[in-house]
Amino acid sequence: MTTAAKGLLDREIAFLDALRGAGLTVSLAEVLDSTRAMGAIDLLDREALRAAFAACVLKRPAHRTTFDTLFDLWFPAVTGDPTRYDESDGRPGESGDGEPRDNEAYRDALRDLLLDGDEEGMRRFARQVVQGLGRADTAPGRQSWFSYRVLRQLSPETLIASLLEAMLSGQDRGGLAEKVARQTVQERIKQFQEMVEAEVRRRLAEDRGAEQISKTAVQPLAEQVDFLRASRNDMAELRRQVFPLARRLATRLTARRRLGKTGKLDFRRTVRASLGTGGVPLVTHHRPHKPHKPELVVLCDVSGSVAGFAHFTLMLAYALREQFTKVRAFAFIDTCDEVTRFFTPGGDVADALARMSSEAKLVWFDGHSDYGHSIETFAEDYPDAVGPRTSLLILGDARNNYRATGAPTLKKLVARSRHAYWLNPEPSAYWGSGDSVTGAYEGLIEMVEVRNAVQLEDFVQKLLPQ
Amino acid sequence: MLHPQFASVDDVQERLGAAGYLADHAIATTVFLADRLGKPLLIEGPAGVGKTELAKSVAAATGSELIRLQCYEGLDEARALYEWNYKKQLLRIQASKDDDSWDEIHDDVFAEEFLMSRPLLTAIRNPNPTVLLIDETDKADVEVEGLLLEVLSDFQITIPELGTIVATRRPLVFLTSNATRELSEALKRRCLYLHLDYPDAAREKAIVLSRVPEVAEQLAEQLVRTVRALRALDLKKSPSIAESIDWAQTLVALGLDTLDEEAVKSTLGVVLKHASDHARAAEQLKLN
Repeated sequence: MTTAAKGLLDREIAFLDALRGAGLTVSLAEVLDSTRAMGAIDLLDREALRAAFAACVLKRPAHRTTFDTLFDLWFPAVTGDPTRYDESDGRPGESGDGEPRDNEAYRDALRDLLLDGDEEGMRRFARQVVQGLGRADTAPGRQSWFSYRVLRQLSPETLIASLLEAMLSGQDRGGLAEKVARQTVQERIKQFQEMVEAEVRRRLAEDRGAEQISKTAVQPLAEQVDFLRASRNDMAELRRQVFPLARRLATRLTARRRLGKTGKLDFRRTVRASLGTGGVPLVTHHRPHKPHKPELVVLCDVSGSVAGFAHFTLMLAYALREQFTKVRAFAFIDTCDEVTRFFTPGGDVADALARMSSEAKLVWFDGHSDYGHSIETFAEDYPDAVGPRTSLLILGDARNNYRATGAPTLKKLVARSRHAYWLNPEPSAYWGSGDSVTGAYEGLIEMVEVRNAVQLEDFVQKLLPQ
Repeated sequence: MLHPQFASVDDVQERLGAAGYLADHAIATTVFLADRLGKPLLIEGPAGVGKTELAKSVAAATGSELIRLQCYEGLDEARALYEWNYKKQLLRIQASKDDDSWDEIHDDVFAEEFLMSRPLLTAIRNPNPTVLLIDETDKADVEVEGLLLEVLSDFQITIPELGTIVATRRPLVFLTSNATRELSEALKRRCLYLHLDYPDAAREKAIVLSRVPEVAEQLAEQLVRTVRALRALDLKKSPSIAESIDWAQTLVALGLDTLDEEAVKSTLGVVLKHASDHARAAEQLKLN
């Protein structure tokens, strides 16, 4: 094997190793596949190499961003100062001798590019601006690269108005045309920001080595992000995953039910099948077992800190509606109200959540969580909600602002229900610390730690009937 | 054993294009590798992005025979691999004269003649170029995956009475899945993987133009942008390429040449299939 080929092989192994470090499972068989794939394609074609690796080792779409980030780090498109290679294409403000341009010229060039949507041009421009604006000397003789320096000075968002103006060119504003144009512009700006970030990572990796940057560059998957720490982007991503998640759960459940005990003998089908064997019923057929569907009652804390968790769980409960005979939802902050009426069949759950927060009566005293009063109100106002066929779910962090816990009432509720669980989005290590009153509910109700979507999925599988 | 059908990635792109499928670079590379390495290709992605279409187009581009196994709940060995034709076997036994020994009959009834070949066995035994499409793999039960493992890794099928049948010519295998459930690691490991997503704007426009040649370029551009705006909303079911094409056909049939509010409002049913999605889109795109 030549030295060059060996270098490439080392690079590949190191890259696959970095993928493992980021949480992908890359088996030995897959390493062999990607090595064979490298031999089959034109190695000078970088996108073909990317596609080849993706085909061999990337087996879940959720890992795509991680994969792309790491691929760009380990197999960069250019090395060093890129402006050396890019020939001047005569854009306004471009100076042939590589002199830094001023911000206005950069902004004009960016505006033209965003209007065109020319991807290759945008990528080249991203390299130029990172070279021009992104560098900072952190210590004598040392430099570092920052994407925020570039994005702050260019501030692409402030270009939106003028871009829309140019794109709509005289059509009336405010309608469909504007909405569509705005969407297009925002998509391109996001693309440009990602290009800048990728370029900054590349320059950093050149200074400090790809291994170092790989460790920090990769974001955790949305389904593993803690509910309590999720950013708005994470929550949006999670919401998009509710329906696929519900569908996966439902499929798995029907599969499990079918495998379970079958019901009474289906005489008609058995006799019919026996005709093939000369009237001897060799194989009996049975009617499917009628599954037991529980009633679900969700009682959730929707105060600021845990609202994201409650919303996600409510969405999931409603997406899984067919698995239950009835779903009733109650929300509370310091008093409790039934919110089932906002979730109409076929309606939009996000809408329902918005209406729930604005229209339901959830605050009675000061708008801080009060589990005691909320549980009392729930038991008093809706005595028929919890019965012997009900699965009761309580969602909340049990941070009670040092108020009464309502534990005796909860005990009665739990005794009346078929199952009762408390889902707590806090790590179990923090339970009972500060104003957390988990201790008071201990032994009354089974408390489950549900910090992220993966844990919630596990729990729902356990909850639903076999 | 291996008979690669494509010479290069560009060759894939060109021949798929001639068969009416506009593949981007990544798709073409993955198909090329599947062909070159002789590995099955698992294609996952939302409904209506052209997963099945890709397999059909590869069959058309290479002049191969397309053998399709449609998966569904309750699919079993007898429907996927092979089955003994017991009626014919019974007839054979009844027709035998008394002096035939049992051994003779026994060997006779489990012969080629009484074997009913199902898609997987047919594909393995076919001496001509074959594309085997295992459609909607996620709909089948988990046990079917186990059944597929031998076929997909060694391209052979073991029939206890006859022995092991090895492929004379490896079929090009495509598996599609809508990801309603996670397929097993063992299956994924044996396959190359391609995630087909909604295409970028330029490619989607090209697809619409090639499928609905009557549509004006200007209109196709507007349509693609509008569809992308719809996909950015939180919808229950985002419109896919199939819906874009339907929409273009509808607009052509109605003789509309621009996609304004009125046109969108009256034809939104073609792209969005849920009442709540309708309401949401109308509100967010300010159609009222």
